[in-house]
Amino acid sequence: MSNDNRNASGSSPMIELRHVDKWFGAFHVLKDVSLTVGRGEKVVVCGPSGSGKSTVIRCINRLEEHQKGQIFVEGIELTGDVRNIEAIRRDVGMVFQQFNLFPHLTVMENLTLAPIWVRHMPRREAEDLARHYLERVRIPEQANKYPGQLSGGQQQRVAIARSLCMRPQIMLFDEPTSALDPEMIKEVLDVMIGLAEEGMTMVCVTHEMGFAQRVADQMVFMDRGEIVETAPPAEFFAAPKSERTRLFLSQILRG
Amino acid sequence: MTDIAQPAPAGPLPQAYRWLRANLFGTPLSAALTLLVLYALIRLVPPLFDWAIVKATWTAPNEQACAAKGGACWAFITTWYRFILFGRYPYAEQWRPAAVVLLLILLLLASCDRRLWGRALAVAWVAGVIAVFVLMGGGVLGLSPVDTDLWNGLPLALILAVGGLALSFPLALALALGRRSQLRGIRAFSVAYIEFFRGLPFITVLFMAAHMVPLFLPPGMTTALLWRIEVAFVLFLAAYLAEAVRGGLQAIPRGQYEAASSLGLGYWRQMRLIILPQALRIAIPPLVGTFIGAFKDTALVSFVGLFDLLQDVAVGTNDPGWRSSYVEGYAFVAAIYFVFCYAMSRYSRSLEARR
Repeated sequence: MSNDNRNASGSSPMIELRHVDKWFGAFHVLKDVSLTVGRGEKVVVCGPSGSGKSTVIRCINRLEEHQKGQIFVEGIELTGDVRNIEAIRRDVGMVFQQFNLFPHLTVMENLTLAPIWVRHMPRREAEDLARHYLERVRIPEQANKYPGQLSGGQQQRVAIARSLCMRPQIMLFDEPTSALDPEMIKEVLDVMIGLAEEGMTMVCVTHEMGFAQRVADQMVFMDRGEIVETAPPAEFFAAPKSERTRLFLSQILRG
Repeated sequence: MTDIAQPAPAGPLPQAYRWLRANLFGTPLSAALTLLVLYALIRLVPPLFDWAIVKATWTAPNEQACAAKGGACWAFITTWYRFILFGRYPYAEQWRPAAVVLLLILLLLASCDRRLWGRALAVAWVAGVIAVFVLMGGGVLGLSPVDTDLWNGLPLALILAVGGLALSFPLALALALGRRSQLRGIRAFSVAYIEFFRGLPFITVLFMAAHMVPLFLPPGMTTALLWRIEVAFVLFLAAYLAEAVRGGLQAIPRGQYEAASSLGLGYWRQMRLIILPQALRIAIPPLVGTFIGAFKDTALVSFVGLFDLLQDVAVGTNDPGWRSSYVEGYAFVAAIYFVFCYAMSRYSRSLEARR
């Protein structure tokens, strides 16, 4: 369904990277990366560690700066203009591998902080919103605890809820389950699947191939800073075109 | 005897024995140190007690009258305490600095209670500062004017310390953030400022403020010595506080900045809401250490002609009747400093313990 969407509405992609290059010092971390994500589309980026996949999504909300090429988010180009960057960040939620909750604030305060200070929402309304999303991620009873009192899976669900409280148009996930104990991965993936089913535009860096097969519209395989292969999941898993993709998949699916 | 676990003996005596063994005689070195300290205490405490309490004289017209009993002449304090505390402030008006000291202590105590942090406390501080000026300086509300040269003793120390900390802390925050700024010019200025003041002994800064600054300013432009010293104190202290704050800032993981950025918070809100609350908590021990040092440093102003507590004692012992009573005088001043510094130290520990 969203595949059709993408093909039909190619006119206004949510995210577009055009020939993006980036260096960390002398290290060429992104090489001529181009990627288009349409509204409501779910893209899963995978690849070996050091392949640049995290860097790609960190460029989308400009936690990293690219040096060549262009990046457009909702039609706005990411440049040095701080106002553009902040406008984009308001609309792009991000979930980190290490959760990055604010340890000195309660769960409720973590969730209401940005709506109050960035969206200028009245506190009461922000708290209602926060409770709504805590229900969504199924931990409403943890509202008054501090992040340090929660399990990893709970913390990551709070982090997702925190992003959702800004009512983002796009969600970026940077290996959201990599730091979790195995028994907690499912509770986080379930929340992400729920989001996907509601039509959120998502870019996920993850090695959870089951999740990818279930929700992805587009699989992107990266290696050594390049996008090696882009394909719908059925094709990607059944008949990868590139030898490197095949090797990676055989390694990751073996376990 | 071996250290291998033995059946726990019952009763209080073996328990005390085990405690002693574990804490005071655990190793030959610690046993030696314990004995040494014990010996020193036995040699020092009884004579000190004898001097300070048993043979002390509490009232006497002069120290010669104390000599009969041979102990401490606390009569010096009971005779001179008002001069030590308030110096040359007009005697009949000394209820005013007394009220100021009380007011500042009450405000400081109120500020220690987190539940009171808020608008009301801020208003109380503003009102308090105005009241301090009115009470000390007079000239309004029928209070006779009193020159800042006569603001001596304890109120001087408190005004220097409280004013110094209150004004230098915002400056220190700006310098600490500036030192980590992306903007090269701001960073260079902050580094230069901090290194400059950390490279100077405080006493030179005081001499500059007291003697050099008036030379460079056109006549009539210069302010009272007290305010020049206060400014010097603020500028100097800010460099040290900035370094303490920077230590806290460096301990905050990058993920905190990234999470705050990704939520659309700009630089100032990130700092105010996310980074500084965590960094300052981490920086509490070095900050309080600096605060305590700063409070004690107010004693140095006696070298540039301000009458602080130490200077007041010196004046008292200039009196022919009390020439050798400086021991009692300095002990009294030391006790005052100790009370304030120990209170700060205890408070900082309670802040650290809070989650």
